[in-house]
Amino acid sequence: MRYAETGFNLEIDLTRGNIERVETDPKETELYLGGLGTNAKLLWDRVPPEVEPFSPENLLIFGAGLLCGTPAIGCNRTIVSTISPQTRLMAFSMMGGFWAPELKHAGYDKVVLRGKSPDLVYIHIHDDKVEIRDASHLHGKGAVETQELIRRELKDPKLQVSAIGLAGENRVFYASIEQGRSSASRLGIGAVMGDKGVKAIAVRGTKDVNVARPAEFFELCQEVLKYIQHREKNPIPGVMPILAGLGSPQEMKVHDEKWHTENFMWGNSRERKKGFWNDEIAESWTAAMESMRTRLISCYNCPLKCGATISPPGQPTYMMKCFSKLTYTMAAHSDLDFGLRIAQKATEYGVDGFSTPQVMAFALELYEDGILTNEDMPGLPSDNEERFHWLLDRIVRREGIGDVLANGTYWAAKEIGKGAEAFAHNNIKKHEQLPLKLSMLNPIYFLMYSTGEKINITQIEGQFPQAPFPKREQREEFVKDWIQVPDEKFKQYFLDWELRGENSIPYYPTPEMTCDIVDWQERMHYIDDALGMCAGLSSFPLKPPYHIHNYPKFISAGAGFDMDEDRLTQAAKRYRNLVRAINIRRGMRRKDEAPPANHWKKRFPELEKELLDTYYEYKGWNNDGIPTAATLKEQGLGYVAEDFLKRGILTGGDDEASSETAPAEQETA
Amino acid sequence: MADEKKKKTIKTLKIDVDKCNGCRACEVICSAFHAEPKYSSNNPARSRIRVVRDPLRDVYVPVYAGEYAAAECAGRDKYTIDGKEYDECTFCRASCPSRDEFKEPDSGLPLKCDMCEGEDEPLCVQWCITDALTCEVREEEVAEDETEEQEELEIGLEVLADKYGMEKILDAVARMSNSNSS
Repeated sequence: MRYAETGFNLEIDLTRGNIERVETDPKETELYLGGLGTNAKLLWDRVPPEVEPFSPENLLIFGAGLLCGTPAIGCNRTIVSTISPQTRLMAFSMMGGFWAPELKHAGYDKVVLRGKSPDLVYIHIHDDKVEIRDASHLHGKGAVETQELIRRELKDPKLQVSAIGLAGENRVFYASIEQGRSSASRLGIGAVMGDKGVKAIAVRGTKDVNVARPAEFFELCQEVLKYIQHREKNPIPGVMPILAGLGSPQEMKVHDEKWHTENFMWGNSRERKKGFWNDEIAESWTAAMESMRTRLISCYNCPLKCGATISPPGQPTYMMKCFSKLTYTMAAHSDLDFGLRIAQKATEYGVDGFSTPQVMAFALELYEDGILTNEDMPGLPSDNEERFHWLLDRIVRREGIGDVLANGTYWAAKEIGKGAEAFAHNNIKKHEQLPLKLSMLNPIYFLMYSTGEKINITQIEGQFPQAPFPKREQREEFVKDWIQVPDEKFKQYFLDWELRGENSIPYYPTPEMTCDIVDWQERMHYIDDALGMCAGLSSFPLKPPYHIHNYPKFISAGAGFDMDEDRLTQAAKRYRNLVRAINIRRGMRRKDEAPPANHWKKRFPELEKELLDTYYEYKGWNNDGIPTAATLKEQGLGYVAEDFLKRGILTGGDDEASSETAPAEQETA
Repeated sequence: MADEKKKKTIKTLKIDVDKCNGCRACEVICSAFHAEPKYSSNNPARSRIRVVRDPLRDVYVPVYAGEYAAAECAGRDKYTIDGKEYDECTFCRASCPSRDEFKEPDSGLPLKCDMCEGEDEPLCVQWCITDALTCEVREEEVAEDETEEQEELEIGLEVLADKYGMEKILDAVARMSNSNSS
């Protein structure tokens, strides 16, 4: 018997309409855990670097995490992996909600889509019954609307449906997959789904998910539940409200937006508005939220309320999560009422709430600057807010200028030319980043931004406070019950970290300490992504209920194989390197690993070089960021080393020599 | 003895639909608790509580499995509360032929909430830390069993007497007591 996992994947060839239930190898689970780990293995094995994102050979994998469907609280994430049309690297966006546990109960760990359907279809999974159904009547329907229509069509209100909107159908490079209150939004996986001709996957499952050692597993869950209650009652003092508690964060609950509105940039990530937040704004934004927010809601088996049902008067109801609450508002220099209204449309269209507003603000900046003209934008309204609606409508339909903008700021700027590149200033690896521009280089964030392959800072950071606490007493208080640290040395790093003076950024934490901190934060995210755990209960907030000390117990009691902290760290390292290997094989190198040039005002090229050198070495990567043959072999990735040698990415014997024969990066969309 | 009152424990599940966040933790842990061996598997389809949820219409109703009904009702109910219309039979606890609720998915046998016998509080309540589900326990004094039984017997006899007439009942009782003693 397989525990925690079902041991079966659903393989669907859309070109031929073939459906297969394929048993997986339990040894792979021990090596790569599940979710992201086993997704990466499939992509490495089956999608060679020559495969274009919009090719039938590209895979689109919906992977439920290893512990999804067990009673592990908050473990509900679907990890969707493919090759991104935007970055042309591996994309692994995740969604919470209810889909992954339902898939497990239907008897599958993953749905692996390959090929391309000639006509728009949707997939219906009900336990052993799996069918590909015509979706021509769902053409152009909203992503939320589609979920409802399918439930009605199949007369099954309990179906969990992942669907794309118009943006996905039209292969917008930042199209999302929407599902209940959640979405997998980053890196254009919705576009790949649209390219494959799949409008939705509807799942219903009524089978058991088993755990190996029931009493022990239940006790672990109880401890987590108690710890959540403890953390809800004891927010961390001295940090902004959203970082004080647990959650991804519980942004819909928080009215105080001083921190976001005054520290994040407005417009095309340009303007910081210090002193923006005042009583009047607080009152009006609170009123806007309260007039539209029907209920605070959660994902499957999680008590934290990170989402909300929003009913803007005169518009359909939708569900919102996280920081998309403010992205439209701030990109348009508008207010919360506007933000919540346009987000309704954007959710139905199915677009990423981070990239989309930035692309639109970028277009309007180009227009103000005369690079885009009335000829490019015939009929552009004069009202600022209407312009955003106008642009959104064109992007998702790929109409006129929308067709260019639908590829994101990097590719759009290239196509527009005339100096537009300078306006696409907030990208890493061709992807739009959070609108943050700060003053002093932060070594921890420098490394996370540079080397993160999730390509989104919120999916890398966490665990270690973002900034030092001003007073030593505060720091001492903080470390007292900091049980999550993998090693006591982290407490010392934090205790000695000062706002000013010798022990302050950029030279403290030292490169060595920085490596430890970044590696720890990254490791926790990678573990979450294999287990299907929400980052909001684990790798993202300070002092979370899940950590390196209790995770091995969850895995061994749940999945039934031996696990301890070292083994888990090794496993996470293994598939973390596999993700990197996929990207290296697709041409990613050190030159791509840089934060936006203007991310910090004060930069330190020598220190930055030292940081990256030290971190590469720490990770067992050569000076070009390529995992060395020794590193790969040590982690059981000998097959990757062989492939690298064969391709000339690594040269035999001398791992340190970076390759000059890396495949040329393709610059065509 | 006859005058002594007996104490009976009554557990009331209090369901505050306004506090429900729709997470279905109650379904998860209910099905795990009732698995054999305990907690060895879980499956909301086997749960004895179910959250009727329709987020876009803001419908969140946790319902507990009640009695098995061999036949469906002659009519069905559909409530509208505060302008929200609830689907047919939303509030009904019965495991009945009209719907899939509260039946073992493989055998179709009916499920019924047993308040998690042996636990201080049902597991669904323990796991609902948003407090949509709470449990109130109170003790009520009830009359000694004998009196209760006597009352029940008399009510039953009255009904029979109304239907058949006292004479026929007496005849029947006499006949039955004769055949028992012979």
